Amino acid sequence: MNSEQHFNPTVKGEIAPNDHDFIDAIDKRHRLGRFWRVIFQISTIVGIVVLTALLINILNQTFGLAAVQNEIEPEALAIDGAPLEELTKAQLVDILQSNVSEGLFRKLENDQSFERRTREGIYGLVLEWVVHPEVQKTWSLIDSLFRRSMVEAELAERYPEAYLQFFSWLDAEFAVKPQSSDPLRAGVRTAILGSLWTIAITILFAFPVGVSAAIYLEEYAGYTFINRIIQTNIHNLAGVPSIIYGILGLAIFVRVLEPLTSGALFGVLEDPTTANGRTILSAGLTLGLLILPLIIINAQEAIRAVPNSLRQASFGLGASKWQTVWSHVLPNALPGILTGTILSVSRAIGETAPLVVVGASTFITIDPSGPFSKFTTLPIQIFQWTARPQAEFRNIAAAAIVILLILLLALNASAVLLRNRYSQRM
Amino acid sequence: MAINVDTYRNDLSPVIEGELVDLRKRPRIREVIIQAFLFLCGALSILTTVGIVYELGKESASFFTRQLWENSNKELVVDIDDRTTSFMVSESGAQLQVSQTIRLHDEVMQITAIDGTQITVERGLQKTEVVPHTSGAEIFTGDRVSLIEFFTHTEWEPQIGQFGILSLVNATLMTSITAMLVALPLGLSVAIYLSEYASHRARSVLKPILEVLAGIPTVVYGYFALTFMTPLLRAILGRDVVEIYNTGSAGIVIGILILPLVSSMSEDALTAVPRSLREAAYGLGATRLETAVKIVVPAALSGIAAAFIVAISRAIGETMIVAIAAGAGSAFTFNPFKGAETMTGHIVRISGGDLSYNSIDYNSIFAIGLMLFFMTLTLNIISQRIVRRFREVYE
Repeated sequence: MNSEQHFNPTVKGEIAPNDHDFIDAIDKRHRLGRFWRVIFQISTIVGIVVLTALLINILNQTFGLAAVQNEIEPEALAIDGAPLEELTKAQLVDILQSNVSEGLFRKLENDQSFERRTREGIYGLVLEWVVHPEVQKTWSLIDSLFRRSMVEAELAERYPEAYLQFFSWLDAEFAVKPQSSDPLRAGVRTAILGSLWTIAITILFAFPVGVSAAIYLEEYAGYTFINRIIQTNIHNLAGVPSIIYGILGLAIFVRVLEPLTSGALFGVLEDPTTANGRTILSAGLTLGLLILPLIIINAQEAIRAVPNSLRQASFGLGASKWQTVWSHVLPNALPGILTGTILSVSRAIGETAPLVVVGASTFITIDPSGPFSKFTTLPIQIFQWTARPQAEFRNIAAAAIVILLILLLALNASAVLLRNRYSQRM
Repeated sequence: MAINVDTYRNDLSPVIEGELVDLRKRPRIREVIIQAFLFLCGALSILTTVGIVYELGKESASFFTRQLWENSNKELVVDIDDRTTSFMVSESGAQLQVSQTIRLHDEVMQITAIDGTQITVERGLQKTEVVPHTSGAEIFTGDRVSLIEFFTHTEWEPQIGQFGILSLVNATLMTSITAMLVALPLGLSVAIYLSEYASHRARSVLKPILEVLAGIPTVVYGYFALTFMTPLLRAILGRDVVEIYNTGSAGIVIGILILPLVSSMSEDALTAVPRSLREAAYGLGATRLETAVKIVVPAALSGIAAAFIVAISRAIGETMIVAIAAGAGSAFTFNPFKGAETMTGHIVRISGGDLSYNSIDYNSIFAIGLMLFFMTLTLNIISQRIVRRFREVYE
C-alpha cells in the first residue's frame, strides 16, 4: 500500500513504538476515509437521481397509450357507404340533430348558428357529442413502449369494446384550449392567462416597492433602531410560510379591501350579484407581499456591490443624493436587481398554496379579462387535476407541469444570461 | 434673506456677476419627498408583519370566543309560554348540566337547576327575545372552543365541534421529522462532498443541478409524491401496509425539497471555515475525512445547525406536498404509512371552496395559521441567533 512505502524508510524502530500497529492504524484510517468518500459521493448522486426520476416520472405520464371507447362508432354514422370524414356539412348537421338531445342542439345553435359554422367545426361537434370518445384507462409511456403486449392483453380482457390510441397529452392544442371537465378536451389557456395576469400585478406592485425599500435601506438608512427593526423584519418575513401570506391576503385583500379588489370602487363590476374580492388583483397583491422580502434582499445585495468610488465621484461633482442614486447607483445595480427579481418572480409563478387560500376559482372556462376577473393559475390547475381520482386527469396534470417547467426554465435561463453578461462587463 | 446671508458671509463666499452666492445647504423638497417615499416602502414590511399578527390574532380571538351550538338530541315535551322558567325535556340525548347555555330556536337560556327531566332556566340571555315555544322544539347546547381543548385534545372534527389541534400538529411533526431524516444526512453529506472533496469542475456541474431542484414548484413535488413515491413505497412495503395517502411519502418528498436548502446553507458554513484550520489538520497527518469530520464540521457547526433549523421551519410550513399526498381528514396516528392531515393541508382543504366569513371554519384557519406562524418564526429567530454567534467567532 501507499502508506507502507511511505512510512517504512522512516520507521526504523525509532519513531513509532510499534511499527505494525502504527501502519495498520493508518491503513484503517485511509480505508475509513475511502468508505466515507463513497458515501458522500452517493448522497450527491442521490440528488441527481431524484431530479431525473422526477422528470422521467412527469414525461412518463405526459405520453402514453390509452384505451378509448366511443359511444357510437364513427363507422355506424356512415351514410351510403361514405365515411364520416367525407360527409357534407348538411349531412353532419342532420347527424348531430338526430343524435343529441333537443336542448343541447339548441344551445349549440345559440352559441353560433350552424350556417355560420364551418364544416370542420361541425365535424368537431359530431366527434365531441355523438361519437363521444371516453378514455377508460391510460398507461404510462414506459409501459406503452416496453410492455405493449401486456397492455394489449389487459385491453382485450377488460375493455373489449375500446381501442388503443397513443396520446401525447401535451400538444399545441392543449396550451390554447380553455378548461373543460372532460380530460380529452381540457386545456390550460385559462390557467396560463390567469398566471400571466397575476404575475403582471405582482411585478407591478413588488418591483417598484421592493427596489425602493432596498435603496432606502442601503443608501439612506442610518444605523438607527427603526432601520434595524425593518432589516430584521424583512429577514424574518422571508422565512414566513407562504400559506400565512395566503391567510393575510384572504383577510386584507379579499375581505377588508373588497370594494377595491372586486372593482366595485371603480364601477367595473362584471356581475354585481357576485361581488367578491377573490380576484386576480387580490392574488397578485398577495404574491407581491410574498416575494417582496426576496426582492428587497436581492436588490440590497446588488446595490451594495456598486463600488463606492462611483458615489463619491458623483457627490464630488455636486450631485444630490437622489441624483447620485438615480443616475449612477441604480444603472450599475440594475442587472443584479433584475436577476434577483426574475428569480423571485419564478418563485411566485410556482406558488400554489396562498392562491388556494385567497380563493382561486375551482372551475372557470372564461378567459380572465382584467384585474377584477375571477382567476385560476397554472399551479392551481395542476393541483386540482392531481387531486382528482381519475387517471386521465393525472396525465393532463403532467402535461400542465411540463408547460409550467418550460416557463420557469425560460425565466431562469434569462436570469442566468443576464448575470453572465453583467459579470463580463464588470 | 439678505440679512441672513450677511450674517454668514465670510471671505470664502463667491461672488458671481456681482451677486453673492449662498453655499449653505438648501432644503430640497424633492429629495425629502423621495426619501420619505423610500422610507415608506421599507416600512411596508413592518406593516405586513403587523397585518399578519393583527389579523391572525383578531380572528383567532373570535375563534375562541365564538358560541358553537350542538344539537343535544333532546327536545321540549311541553308547550311553554314566554314566562315559564321550568319545563320538562325528553329523556333521550346528551346529558344537560347546571349553568350550561342552551338554545331553543333563537332564544338563549341558561340552566339554573336540573331535577330529572325537569329543568329550570333563566331566559332571554345574550340579548335574545323571549318567545313561546311549542312541544318538540330541538334543544341545542352551547359550547366554546377552550384553549385547553384546543391544545390537549386529539380530535379535529369541525362538523361535530371538536377542535383539538394535536392531531394536526402531530401530522405536521410526522411529515417534518420524516423530511429531516431524509434531508439532514443527505444534505450534510452533499455539503461535505462539495466543499471538501469535489473538484472545481464537479462543483460547477453539481451546484446548478441542486439549484434546479430548489427551483421546482412545490405542487410538482406533490405530484411526484403521489404518482411516484407512494407507488414506490407500496411496491416495496406492500399495499396493505401503505395507504394511498400517507404522511411517509409526503415527508420523504419534503425531505427532497429541502435537501438543496440544507446542502447549500451547510456548504456556505463549511467554506467559511478558514483554510488555515484545514492545513493545520493536514500538517498533523489527518486524513481528508478526519479533517472534514473532526475539524471543519465542528468549526462550522453553528452554521450547519442554523441550516437545519431553517429547514425544519420550511418543512413545517410546506403545504402543497402534504395537501396532495398526505391525505384529507385529520387523524391522530403515529404510523407514517397512514393518511393524516397536517395544519397546512387542513387550511388548504377547507379554504378550497367559497369559505363564508362567518363560519367557524373561517376562524379556525386563522387559529391554525397563528400557531404555524409562531412555530416557524421561533425557529427562524433561533437560527438567526445561531448564525450571529457563528459570525462573531469567525470574523
